[in-house]
Amino acid sequence: MIARHVCSSNCQPLALSAIPVLPGDDFRDELAGQLTAGCQLSALFGQPCSSQSVRLYAITSETAAAALRVFATDVSDRYPALTPHCPAAHWFEREIAEQWGLKPEGHPWFKPIRFHPSYRAGRDAWNREPGRAIQPCVTDYFRVAGEEVHEVAVGPVHAGVIEPGHFRFQCLGERVLHLEIELGYQHRGVERRLAGGPDKRTVHYLETLAGDTTIGHTTAYCQAVEALAGREASLRAQALRAVALELERLANHTGDLGALAVDVGFLPTSAFCGRLRGDFLNTTAVLCGSRFGRGLVRPGGVVFDVDPPRCDDILSRVARTYKDVAGAVELLWHSPSAMARYDGTGVVPRAVCDQLGLVGLAARACGVDRDARRDFPAGFFRFAQVPVSTWHTGDVFARAYVRWLEVQRSTRFVSEQLRALPRGEPRRDLGPLRPDALVVSLVEGWRGEICHVAVTGGDGRFTHYKVVDPSFRNWIGLAMALRNEPISDFPVCNKSFNLSYCGHDL
Amino acid sequence: MFSILAERLRQGHRTISFPAGDSPRLPDRFRGLPVLDAAKCTGDCRRCAEACPTDAIALADNGPRLDLGRCLFCGECAQACPANAIAFSQDYRLASRTRKDLLIDGRTFRLAEALDDKARRLFGRSLQLRQVSAGGCNACEADINVLTTVVFDLGRFGIQLVASPRHADGLLITGPVTEHMRLALRKTYEATPAPKLVIAVGACAIAGGPFAGHSEQHDGADSTVPVDLYIPGCPPHPLTILDGLLRLLGRLGPEGARPAAR
Repeated sequence: MIARHVCSSNCQPLALSAIPVLPGDDFRDELAGQLTAGCQLSALFGQPCSSQSVRLYAITSETAAAALRVFATDVSDRYPALTPHCPAAHWFEREIAEQWGLKPEGHPWFKPIRFHPSYRAGRDAWNREPGRAIQPCVTDYFRVAGEEVHEVAVGPVHAGVIEPGHFRFQCLGERVLHLEIELGYQHRGVERRLAGGPDKRTVHYLETLAGDTTIGHTTAYCQAVEALAGREASLRAQALRAVALELERLANHTGDLGALAVDVGFLPTSAFCGRLRGDFLNTTAVLCGSRFGRGLVRPGGVVFDVDPPRCDDILSRVARTYKDVAGAVELLWHSPSAMARYDGTGVVPRAVCDQLGLVGLAARACGVDRDARRDFPAGFFRFAQVPVSTWHTGDVFARAYVRWLEVQRSTRFVSEQLRALPRGEPRRDLGPLRPDALVVSLVEGWRGEICHVAVTGGDGRFTHYKVVDPSFRNWIGLAMALRNEPISDFPVCNKSFNLSYCGHDL
Repeated sequence: MFSILAERLRQGHRTISFPAGDSPRLPDRFRGLPVLDAAKCTGDCRRCAEACPTDAIALADNGPRLDLGRCLFCGECAQACPANAIAFSQDYRLASRTRKDLLIDGRTFRLAEALDDKARRLFGRSLQLRQVSAGGCNACEADINVLTTVVFDLGRFGIQLVASPRHADGLLITGPVTEHMRLALRKTYEATPAPKLVIAVGACAIAGGPFAGHSEQHDGADSTVPVDLYIPGCPPHPLTILDGLLRLLGRLGPEGARPAAR
């Protein structure tokens, strides 16, 4: 009997030849079995393996064993959909269909997700006319019929300064029966262009993949490349990356707590947090010159080191800013009118969260005790842990409160690490990348698990580079949170997730 | 109520005095206006041009030329140059009125000129802008949003970000203009009553940024609508954006606020 999967761990490369290619039914059973047993689907993607067929790779992650399991199957143009057995595969299968023209037969809601033509000439999962422009979000929508039922369509251009997306609500009076989220407006063709790399643009794609997660995505990329090169960055560089990752989390969580206050009209916290978010960003700029961490993380290490005075500067900024965030957020928790809007609003039931495979703080706010920093530690998180913060109510309050818990933990982590930075050179040269290999790199970004999968060819260049931003997995969570909520609570529910459009659209 | 007031007193007044007095001190590693020193350039190694991820650098007979519109301010060129002919200064003032002015050779850089008198009478004291993200990565968007916080307090200049293009005097565009946002951008532009201004914020909106050349996008805002002001950066620092806006409205002197001394 052949092995049904091969085990790996975070940033441990595998020879492509070691990955079992299963018959279609076995692949489905293996995936369904693993997900039922409590594994998460971290990535599911296709890569053409011949002119006639596409190899589907599944990457599942098992928290308890810190194990990543990899297995594959070959498909030519249609296969029985996995989603009916594995709901967490629903969005991945739509992506695969769109990219490679494969038809998952029996997929319960089969539509494109980014509205681009298939990357395999002559294969289109929806039999669309070749050469004809594909209009974004022009597609079927789930509709509710009946007296007093009405539809509200919002976007792509929204009222605020945010990225574009289209939201379609089916409402009965004020009550939302169903929200459907359609994206794709931000599609810039990044993933397609990452294949063939690494080249001089690669790291810049990763820095701008989701601009608010620059450190998260560049760290995932650099760890993957270093694993393939068989050479780690120095411990000092790894520690500085971890510090930058937590500063990114601090800035975004602080900004989100302020934004959540805006949406319930509680201005003191929002005014404070708007500034304080900037203070955390400015701290990152002390480290590397850029408020968003641009130009800091590179394969082989980091571009900027810190000397003791700079360390002290960062430490005192973090301490000062944290104190003010604590003051600002305390006001929010003690404001009954704000809490009344958060409590019980936008609940994602735990079972729904588990089935759909939500990640990151949205999952931890449903009580899921899962965090890649602890469960799949790579880089400096192998040596310094951050306690995992959870709350059990699954509502807007939980998503706000977990942010505050994480602000506290990250502040402490940054302070501790900067006081005890290991020695080492900031950056090392890397040799060539291992050919014909696959590596999975997980990083717990501020929104949640970032999963990158790099596949190399015989020359050590990427034949495929898969990016799974946490938003890719969590947008459906926002749709679920809106069920049976008043439509007026959409803004606060949306902010409580604060997902990335471009991270999804790539 | 009292705790809110107490916290307000504790955190204090935080709005910067800009543009009065010295501008706020930027971190020493901040990468502002590139300084090109043609005298140091050996002219034949091309390492800067080869290192540049967006091909913003061309080597002419008289040294390197850099397109600020394409520049990501990543610093790869400065790291690659063996002769230190390229460095990034602390000067955050980068906005220009024309695409051509963004081509710099290290000798001169023409900052954005103010609108003509008629336009200044219209917009100088009240400018309402509609922001459109057309493929922006949320960094430019975030640093535009920052202008509305208490630190920059955009409202004190009579500039506001508004929810509808019908209420706007102009557009603030970010992103390379993805194919999928092109129609929405056009419609938003058409919905804005004339006379109107268009401001392109960030490397993507000026020239496509890291995505330049991709078939999924259009290499910047002026592919689709006429642009009145270009604000370089990836993303531009909030001060760079504010400086550009105030410069356009003629609210700054020729030099504007002095960059803080190092």
